[in-house]
Amino acid sequence: MDHLLQQILTGLANGAIYACLALAVVMIYQAIDHFNFAQGEMAMFSTYICWSMIAVGIPYWIAFLLTIVVSFTAGIAIERIIFKPIHNAPVLSHIVVFIGLLAIFNSLAGAIWDHTIKTFPSPFPEGSFGGLIGLHEVGMFFVTLLLLGAIFCFFKYTRVGMAMQAAAANPDSAELVGIRVGWMLALGWGLAAAIGAVAGMMIAPVVFLDPNMMLGILLYGFAAAIVGGITSPGGAVAGGFLVGIIENLAGTYIPAIGSELKLTVALVLIVTVLLFKPNGLFGKSIVTRV
Amino acid sequence: MNTGRKFTLALAAAAAFGLVAGSAVAEKAYGPGVTDTNIKLGNTNPYSGPAAAYGTIGKSISAYFDKVNKEGGVNGRMIEFISLDDGYSPPKTKEQTRKLVEQDDVLLIFQGLGTPTNSAVHNYMNKKKVPQLFVATGATKWGDPENFPWTMGWQPSYQTEGRLFGAYIMENVKDPKIGILYQNDDYGKDYVKGLKDKLGDKASEWIVAEESYEVTDPTISSQIIKLKNSGANVFYNVSIPKFAAQAIKKVRELEWDPVFLNNSVSNSVGSVYKPAGLDKSKGIISLQYYQDPTSPDTQKTEAYAKWKAWMGEYYPEGDLLNTFNVYGYLVAQTMVQVLEQAGDNLTRENIMKEAANLNMEIDMFLPGVSIETSATDFYPIEKMMPVQFNGERLVSIGKVVSAN
Amino acid sequence: MTTEVETNTDSRLTVGSKINIKWVGAFIILGALLPFFVEGYTSFQATLVMIYAIAILGLNLLTGFNGQFSLGHSAFYAIGAYTAAVLVYHLDWPVYVTIPIGGVVCFVAGFLFGLPALRLEGLYLALATFALAVAVPQILKSSHLEELTGGVQGLDVFRPDVPAVLPIDMDQWWYLITFGIMLLMFWVAWNLINSRSGRAMMAIRDNPIAAASMGINTSLYKSLTFGVSAFYTGIAGALSAIVIEFVAPDSFTFQLSILLFIGLVVGGTGSIWGAIFGGLFILMVPNIAEEVSTGLSYAVFGVILILVIYVMPSGIAGFVNILRVRLRKIF
Repeated sequence: MDHLLQQILTGLANGAIYACLALAVVMIYQAIDHFNFAQGEMAMFSTYICWSMIAVGIPYWIAFLLTIVVSFTAGIAIERIIFKPIHNAPVLSHIVVFIGLLAIFNSLAGAIWDHTIKTFPSPFPEGSFGGLIGLHEVGMFFVTLLLLGAIFCFFKYTRVGMAMQAAAANPDSAELVGIRVGWMLALGWGLAAAIGAVAGMMIAPVVFLDPNMMLGILLYGFAAAIVGGITSPGGAVAGGFLVGIIENLAGTYIPAIGSELKLTVALVLIVTVLLFKPNGLFGKSIVTRV
Repeated sequence: MNTGRKFTLALAAAAAFGLVAGSAVAEKAYGPGVTDTNIKLGNTNPYSGPAAAYGTIGKSISAYFDKVNKEGGVNGRMIEFISLDDGYSPPKTKEQTRKLVEQDDVLLIFQGLGTPTNSAVHNYMNKKKVPQLFVATGATKWGDPENFPWTMGWQPSYQTEGRLFGAYIMENVKDPKIGILYQNDDYGKDYVKGLKDKLGDKASEWIVAEESYEVTDPTISSQIIKLKNSGANVFYNVSIPKFAAQAIKKVRELEWDPVFLNNSVSNSVGSVYKPAGLDKSKGIISLQYYQDPTSPDTQKTEAYAKWKAWMGEYYPEGDLLNTFNVYGYLVAQTMVQVLEQAGDNLTRENIMKEAANLNMEIDMFLPGVSIETSATDFYPIEKMMPVQFNGERLVSIGKVVSAN
Repeated sequence: MTTEVETNTDSRLTVGSKINIKWVGAFIILGALLPFFVEGYTSFQATLVMIYAIAILGLNLLTGFNGQFSLGHSAFYAIGAYTAAVLVYHLDWPVYVTIPIGGVVCFVAGFLFGLPALRLEGLYLALATFALAVAVPQILKSSHLEELTGGVQGLDVFRPDVPAVLPIDMDQWWYLITFGIMLLMFWVAWNLINSRSGRAMMAIRDNPIAAASMGINTSLYKSLTFGVSAFYTGIAGALSAIVIEFVAPDSFTFQLSILLFIGLVVGGTGSIWGAIFGGLFILMVPNIAEEVSTGLSYAVFGVILILVIYVMPSGIAGFVNILRVRLRKIF
């Protein structure tokens, strides 16, 4: 029983990692209706910026906050500078631009900071809960819930949040009521970049910082966001934990597979979930009229 | 002097002249890519994509050749090192290798990186009779002169190292129960095979758990938990630095204290033990064949000073903590040695002959480790030294061992 | 907000247009003569471009013409390649036969995958196809199938000699074979798009509900399209196994799916001959990026991608079309 508990807790710990990033994915999706492939690399790049600040002596929390501000600004800048000009291009073309951004961030990070792994400090104390789960992972779990709470309040209770949702759901009508759709998009990008930065800074102490840190995690985060329902931040978080747990338990208890096909099994399970709930576990089904 | 004598003299003179002229012509022989002033060497390395971390090997090799060229080249010839990106994708490797051989006319391909990538061009190189020298992978299949006379490895093969670990376990651990973490590719599987081969029929009895991971896995916590829960008292860690550091942390977090055997790829104070935690890494045993540039003992040596100076002048953007930059330094020197031994006879055949005729030591190797090849021995480096990390430095815990 | 991934494409690029005999004829003649005027390596590269073009056309049929977003085509490419490799390596089958077999195996795989995927739309389908792209290399590597697939080490594929009666070398021979196959498949695709089935496919893309209410069996068409798309990519995969003479799981990672996708968009979704530009782009541009800067080649590639989209948002085929229309206005 102890073993099972350990695996579940580890799954939750991993799940917190995926959930963090899944939140960023959902945020950007709420804003721009697409999935941003470059989200992970942007988060990684932000984490490196924080690392550089800490390396020159800036205290952790100041660096943390500065990084969030820098990432937020950068997100807005990317939207206004890179995406505004191609606003009317087909969706698939946008996706190619995301891929281009991914390539640029990944390559730049490797060139600037090298590929040797780096330690990234954790704001939480060292040690673990009786050898079962690390204190940092516990801390990460709570940070994720906090982020989720903040996003939920933002969308439900603030004017800006509602304006952003309106702009995404029906840009034309939103313009008509005076919402500056363009800036809502930019805001969405900024927030997603900021959330991504938090995700990166939470994840790096566990997995160590290197330019390819986020590649695998982004894919899991994507899966988590989708299985939870891309329209629902709470769903994304739940999805993250679910993916983490499923992955670990499948790898542990399905003997024929072991760790070799862990990722495959996790994805197969996710797809199976989708077959029964095509909009994700907590997603809303959109009714389209012809 | 009578005519007979004059004739004989003339004949002798002509013969002497012919001999000298003939041998002078025979001395200079060039394969493709060679001129009086230049030698073209080709290489494929992953400079982009998920394996880009290894790209620094190509860059350090290039930097070493820069130094050689600045100091006059090899026997008066400059080395032109053409290194192309293959992104660790076998089809791209095939394309780039064919470009180097057929369009760029290189003399040989040197230090191509990766097992699947080199496998993709293995047959091609041997069919075309182009040297595939000192491939950057530890797979065992590169040392097969009978079937593949144009291919040669360099580093101790992973199976070799696995066998040495097996020997260590057999000699030093009573009642071993071995848990293995390995990367799910040729590198990881080769290490496991080496261990199992050495343990022989004891393997199934002693190995109680085997867990693999993919490079795209974020963490390996789940695997470590399983390994601990299997009751293992020996932990055989076959993972790259990022996951090795994670493994060390997790093992200590779970309050597990096995005999910790770490593969040489991740045996680095600066890249693994320090990030994981120096005190957490105490007691880890590994095998080494070259000096770790992050180890305090190494940093006091003259060999290190020379290496550091070279890095500063020729590869300043390179990381002094990265063991790959020592690897590149060493393998480039091996290549230069082969070229030097070949002298003016720079045909592909002679290059292979000289490559199979090496007996050298380099200062950044550990004392006792050497490069030895022969017509039947295409495994240049087979010696390693067992070392243990004591929380501060790597100390040797035995003599240099050879694995054949 | 929707979860649809709009794949609006400029169908004017293909539908209704007549095959321009002059251009096509010139292309065929020049293409057939190419390998005799360049060295072997260039023919080899051109062959790779054509193989990519066939794979991209497969993806185009599914995503461009039928609106089903796929990130998983590297899986079908891999299945086609391994089918050919395994048949040649273990059973000694003649190489030429393995090409259509690879295609058929993939057709079945694609169709079977398309069936459950019917329930998924847009982004959810993307995830399912992504799962496929990740699963296939893992399965190929796994120890369960190692005997068959060669595991991580991969398999060598040995090509038979060129038929003695022909005075050409290996590179030229396989260029011509690939060229012929490419022409055939392009022609079939063109006919498909311009047929009733093609219109049904596109109707499903543009407005699935309307299409269904007009009596189109959307489920059948979508699954069949998946199958046909996989068929094309599988043929490309089989060809690649033979031309590169090697298969390994590392040759078919998710990166390949992304590359094919890039080729699709840059070439021009909704255009058949755009696939050739797509293939050219994904083979040559990484090489060009490398020449600009070895250390930052990936970043340069990213920059080029973004610039291309700026200048040609509808891909190269779309751009050429715009030029054609503008020039026609002037003249």
